[in-house]
Amino acid sequence: MTVTLPPYDDVVARYEPVIGLETHVELGTRTKMFCGCPIDFGGQPNTRICPVCLGLPGSLPVANKAAIEATIRIGLALNCTIATWSRFARKNYFYPDMPKNYQISQYDEPLCVDGWLDVEVEGEIVRVGIERVHLEEDTGKTLHVGGATGRIHGATESLVDYNRAGIPLVEIVTKPVPGTGALAPIVARAYVTELRDVIRSLGVSDVRMEQGSLRCDVNTSLSLPGAEWGTRTETKNVNSLRSVERAVRSEILRQAPILDAGGKIKQETRHFHEDTGETTAGRSKETATDYRYFPEPDLVPLAPDPAWVATLKESLPELPRVHRKRLQTDWGLSDLDMQSVVNAGAVELIEETVAAGASPEGARKWWLGELARRANEAGVELVEVGATPAHVAELQGLVDGGKLNDKLARTVLEGVIAGEGTPTEIMTARGLEVVSDTGALTAAVDDAIAANPDVAAKIREGKVAAAGVLVGAVMKATRGQADAKTVRELIIARLS
Amino acid sequence: MAAISREEVAHLARLSRLAVTEEELDLFAGQLDVILQAVARVGEVVAEDIPPTSHSVPLTNVLRDDIEVPCLTADEALAGAPDVEEGRFRVPRILEEEV
Amino acid sequence: MSDLTRMSAAQLAAAIASGEASATEVTNAHLERIAAVDDRVHAFLHVDAEGARAAALDVDERRSAGEPLGPLAGVPVGVKDIVVTRGVPTTAGSKILEGWRPPYDATIVERMRAAGLVMLGKTNLDEFAMGSSTEYSAYGPTYNPWDLGRIPGGSGGGSAAALAAYEAPLTVGTDTGGSIRQPGAVTGTVGAKPTYGGTSRYGLVAFSSSLDTPGPCARTVEDAALLHAVLAGHDPRDSTSIPQPVPDVVGAARQGATGDLTGVRLGLVREFGGEGAEAGVTAAFRDGLDALTKLGAEVVEVSCPNFQYALPAYYLIAPSECSSNLARFDGVRYGLRVGDDGNRALEEVMSLTREAGFGPEVKRRVIIGTYALSSGYYDAYYGQAQKVRTLITRDFTAAFERVDVLVSPTTPFVAFPLGSRTSDPYQMYLADLYTIPVNLYGGPAISVPCGLSEGLPVGFQIMAPTLADDRMYRVAAALESAVGTLTPGELS
Repeated sequence: MTVTLPPYDDVVARYEPVIGLETHVELGTRTKMFCGCPIDFGGQPNTRICPVCLGLPGSLPVANKAAIEATIRIGLALNCTIATWSRFARKNYFYPDMPKNYQISQYDEPLCVDGWLDVEVEGEIVRVGIERVHLEEDTGKTLHVGGATGRIHGATESLVDYNRAGIPLVEIVTKPVPGTGALAPIVARAYVTELRDVIRSLGVSDVRMEQGSLRCDVNTSLSLPGAEWGTRTETKNVNSLRSVERAVRSEILRQAPILDAGGKIKQETRHFHEDTGETTAGRSKETATDYRYFPEPDLVPLAPDPAWVATLKESLPELPRVHRKRLQTDWGLSDLDMQSVVNAGAVELIEETVAAGASPEGARKWWLGELARRANEAGVELVEVGATPAHVAELQGLVDGGKLNDKLARTVLEGVIAGEGTPTEIMTARGLEVVSDTGALTAAVDDAIAANPDVAAKIREGKVAAAGVLVGAVMKATRGQADAKTVRELIIARLS
Repeated sequence: MAAISREEVAHLARLSRLAVTEEELDLFAGQLDVILQAVARVGEVVAEDIPPTSHSVPLTNVLRDDIEVPCLTADEALAGAPDVEEGRFRVPRILEEEV
Repeated sequence: MSDLTRMSAAQLAAAIASGEASATEVTNAHLERIAAVDDRVHAFLHVDAEGARAAALDVDERRSAGEPLGPLAGVPVGVKDIVVTRGVPTTAGSKILEGWRPPYDATIVERMRAAGLVMLGKTNLDEFAMGSSTEYSAYGPTYNPWDLGRIPGGSGGGSAAALAAYEAPLTVGTDTGGSIRQPGAVTGTVGAKPTYGGTSRYGLVAFSSSLDTPGPCARTVEDAALLHAVLAGHDPRDSTSIPQPVPDVVGAARQGATGDLTGVRLGLVREFGGEGAEAGVTAAFRDGLDALTKLGAEVVEVSCPNFQYALPAYYLIAPSECSSNLARFDGVRYGLRVGDDGNRALEEVMSLTREAGFGPEVKRRVIIGTYALSSGYYDAYYGQAQKVRTLITRDFTAAFERVDVLVSPTTPFVAFPLGSRTSDPYQMYLADLYTIPVNLYGGPAISVPCGLSEGLPVGFQIMAPTLADDRMYRVAAALESAVGTLTPGELS
């Protein structure tokens, strides 16, 4: 049976979406949350573990000061109140990637509460409320063996590596965000983007979604305008900014026909599928999960004193929105132009390209033009398009130095994206450099004049505009590698 | 009235990952009922305004510096494991959804 | 030279320091004693003869080299098998950990090794320290050297019996609700629970994290103090460890041994009076109290109205924490795995493993704890128990404004016959009636022999304010000076 989805515009005209986001950020501390094991990726399995993070009998946790400070700084950057009394709690459930079969987390006494993050969407500021920011420990990684897809379904056994177990994980939970209407998916994406930028600016995590150091769960519900909020679903496995947007949109489209038919939305966990852009229901549990939270008796409470918090507050860097304002001035952009840069996710790319020596105009032209087009075609984020700020700065330098014209530069960029090397390497290897040798060009110009006597006569009569035809012929003859301006000058000189 | 039923004990055993036998259920249900009736006496204390004590030590902010400490070797880490494969802890297939 | 196994730790240390005996001779004497009697007592689960001889030899060599040695260097010690020992089997008395050789040492074990103590092996206990008789050990009970038909107390029955049977001059125990003191009482030995946080929990297989406290067991108060001084002190690996200097417990014990308690006020808890202690226990306790009065102490009756809720609160808090602490025993990373036939799913294998690996008392407590922490019951059970804990702490604080220490019998009854209480778990819990309140408060307490009832030892408990561990040693040593130590007859 094929289900025909109603058009999105129709759905959001009739229903009011409410979204909420839970984001997990792996902190980039040197050592784990509760033990001194180093955090470095790529080690052999089970070589970054000790009695504590392996949960051996008798071992005890001691909290990492750097992780506490990073969490407080995140809370401050998100305008939260820092708790004067906070505790860790045990979240009890059995799962083999959790060495103790409980996770040390925070429950009713988190470190930071009640903040907000302003997000700019289509020129408007949307204030997203922050419910809480708390700290917990990450789990190990489970490899499912024997199934078709490496997923749990159909696997015959699983293999566990605890290197990741115990890495500090900050969870940031928003308050429900109502009132965004049709923009809900875009607001969700803009929030995660802004959050990522804020956390990156703090230097506490590399916040890379594709590597799992930033993970996102998206809650979505629909209700009729003025009615009580609807039942929400929680969508997991949302692993890119683009997916955040798609996941919300897909849930809105899935829920609407159920409500239209008078049905009820089941409160459940759903999984987002990158390939189809749809969500599917997780295996529902027999009973509601009861995590039996209680205060972690192996740790003592945190009572951050105001002086400590004040010191941390002073250490906050310029936050992204302020930073962007400054860049806009430096780059001389209008609000609208800056907005298009932000929407394209190109602020940092352009900033880095400029830092690598390009002019702001040049950098912006490439990232918002050719590269944005290619990213869109490939369905990837701009940052993943295959060219780096260094590449773009180098390319623009070649154009500015007269070695490439725009058309050639685009060809070189193609090579960069294809991974053939740096722009200079590709230009040399492919022989794409602009022909500025006047001798070679003069010969081509003479050939063109000889082949087009009528046009040559017109030019001689002063109809300079006719030179275009001869320029075109020369360009064709030099396979585009001539500098059009030079060619034109040569032709006119020849015929006057 | 019983403080706890045989069904509740069975449910709690499942939650606790204990494959208790029918005989044990019969035995435990009675014993746990006696124990729970006795410990329920904590409810006699009117404690509206009494703060809970989870710890007798009045310490706060016990933190360590972010400094590396040597890990176990993989051999040490895996030595006690019932089953090891490719340097990892092997477990039978997992039923429940990923949490 | 007299029988080395009959000497106190202080005497042995002096003999080794003076060269009168070598650590190797002392160790061998105890290993021989274990070989001779432990088949009847079953105090040890594992004897590490090789490790002990190596450690003794090391002390002897260091002494020959003229290196400075600690006050207990070369003295043998038995360690309760819930304390993690590197490379030496650690079972916690449970089948689920059979054969596990930990890759690390507990902090207190490190400290004992550094002090030159010679670890003889691991002593028997109720599984995961849950019990009052050592009958819940998965490896069979320990027998009381005073009467092999009776229990040696629990959970640290092995540590206490090893002392009473002269298999070791010192042992280490852990006390969550009385597991050091109650076995001390029923075997006529000394057992001290330090202030919670005074001794490190790092490397104690956790039972109830907010209560577990390792401490010394010995045949004399001075020996207990000497071992206490080695075990105690701040440990940065235990977040609940107190970053303060250890009180001078050895000095206090020696001061008390002079027999002068002038001006010391002993608090008699009125609420303990009515609870069913055996007549013989009450009589022996009264004798002890009289002896202390004769040494100059003053007895003051104090009221601790919330002590009546201590046992219920304890039997909610301890099972709750244990249900979480014991979740890690699932057959994935270490220990037993049952039922992995290539067909069964993990959940089933975990459940079968835990079913086969845990004994009935552990299962009962895990189930009660799971219940008490459940969202619908948390407030009425765990939450309420935590409030009771506050009230009990207030009772102690108020009492210590009037008196220096509180005193009571350690346990309401003398060693009971094996098997007489196992069918009724709650009857077993009552053995901890007098020992539990101070665990909930966190202060130190010691049990010291005060006499016999029907030929069996009775323990006298002294409880002191938090961090005033020295105070209880002073009073205990004074009592010991008046009553003397108790010696069981030869093993039948």
